[in-house]
Amino acid sequence: MSIMSYNGGAIMAMRGKDCVAIAADRRFGIQAQTVSMDFDKIFEMGPRLYIGLAGLATDIQTVSERLKFRVNLYELRENRRIKPKTLLSVVSNLLYERRFGPYFIEPVIAGIDPLTLEPYVASCDLIGCPMVAKDFAVSGTCSEQMYGMCESLWVEDMTPDQLFEAISQALMNSVDRDALSGWGAIVHIIERDRVTTKTLKTRMD
Amino acid sequence: MSERYSFSLTTFSPSGKLVQIEYALAAVASGAPSVGIKAKDGVVLATEKKQKSILYDDTTIHKVEQITNNIGMVYSGMGPDYRVLVKAARKLAQQYQLTYSEDIPTVQLVQRVANVMQEYTQQGGVRPFGVSLLIAGWDVDEDRPYLYQCDPSGAYFAWKATAMGKNHTNGKTFLEKRYSEEVGLEDAVQTAILTLKESFEGQMTEDNIEIGICKKGSPFKRLTSSEVKDYLAQS
Repeated sequence: MSIMSYNGGAIMAMRGKDCVAIAADRRFGIQAQTVSMDFDKIFEMGPRLYIGLAGLATDIQTVSERLKFRVNLYELRENRRIKPKTLLSVVSNLLYERRFGPYFIEPVIAGIDPLTLEPYVASCDLIGCPMVAKDFAVSGTCSEQMYGMCESLWVEDMTPDQLFEAISQALMNSVDRDALSGWGAIVHIIERDRVTTKTLKTRMD
Repeated sequence: MSERYSFSLTTFSPSGKLVQIEYALAAVASGAPSVGIKAKDGVVLATEKKQKSILYDDTTIHKVEQITNNIGMVYSGMGPDYRVLVKAARKLAQQYQLTYSEDIPTVQLVQRVANVMQEYTQQGGVRPFGVSLLIAGWDVDEDRPYLYQCDPSGAYFAWKATAMGKNHTNGKTFLEKRYSEEVGLEDAVQTAILTLKESFEGQMTEDNIEIGICKKGSPFKRLTSSEVKDYLAQS
């Protein structure tokens, strides 16, 4: 039994032209038993900045809360919105503080830089190694499937609609091949001036 | 030191003042003059560095110090107290860099340094710092210059131009007349030199003043003697 696959789950983020998208499944399970189909794994850290966390459910909740704590204080101290790349550094710092007793989560960040308006997608491992991606980032129990789907479906400079299609198909088909992920999906498409959230109906098994 | 005392040595007087801070400000006001001027494209810091004897080797002691790539500072008051704050400021800036992978914004550094200075007015067994600092920086995100003063009390003020130390009231009056928001960095350096000259006794040379410049796009730099000499020649 691996701690990272105790609850199951999948997160995916993709970069488009002046937009980013982040998607996650909605299953919360305890090994084979599914407990809930509306478990949120993507959290808002700013008006155009989201972080998705895959891994142990208790750590998903704790890390998202503690991260929000740090981001709130940052924004109050600095009197400005946090940038996606700064959030990556904060997450990395938070996770490395627990280097020898880590949080069992692997985060994915998607957002638009508040100043340059650049789309930004990044991820970390469970001890905070940061990785900025120019195409997509995935994390979860079906990461191999997600890598395969993203590699096939992602192209550069997709419009928000194209990006929505790509990320939805990529996520859906990946979680359908994983027993521990699925039971519905949620997609956020983040553009410069708005965020659209859509729920997907997947195979409910 | 602090383990021995659990009470603060800085206590209120019946009139509501913290006299230790007043005395610290007196120490600052009797210190060597320093000047800071904010220009459109940068900030200049300047200070008098008069040595009491020609036997001093003044090439190694510096009053204008760099804190990070784009922030520098200068002081009026007690040199040894300044050194402690320079060290603290540099460490605070690096801690920020380690957490956020970003250069510390000038305002953030000022707040942290001012917080250190305030702690020394309320903690056990310590006295306030006998310096006022002028912190100058270029903020990359906001694309603008900043000039701040930090006092022994921990209060900080943002300035367009200011003078500290001996004759600071005359210096500020001079700056009120001379200062313009449209001025460029080169002119600001000249104005800073002239402000220092107002209270200078004797001949001003490149060895008895120090100038630091913070410009957009380049790191904070303390000018070399020959660069200072060039500016003096122009004034």
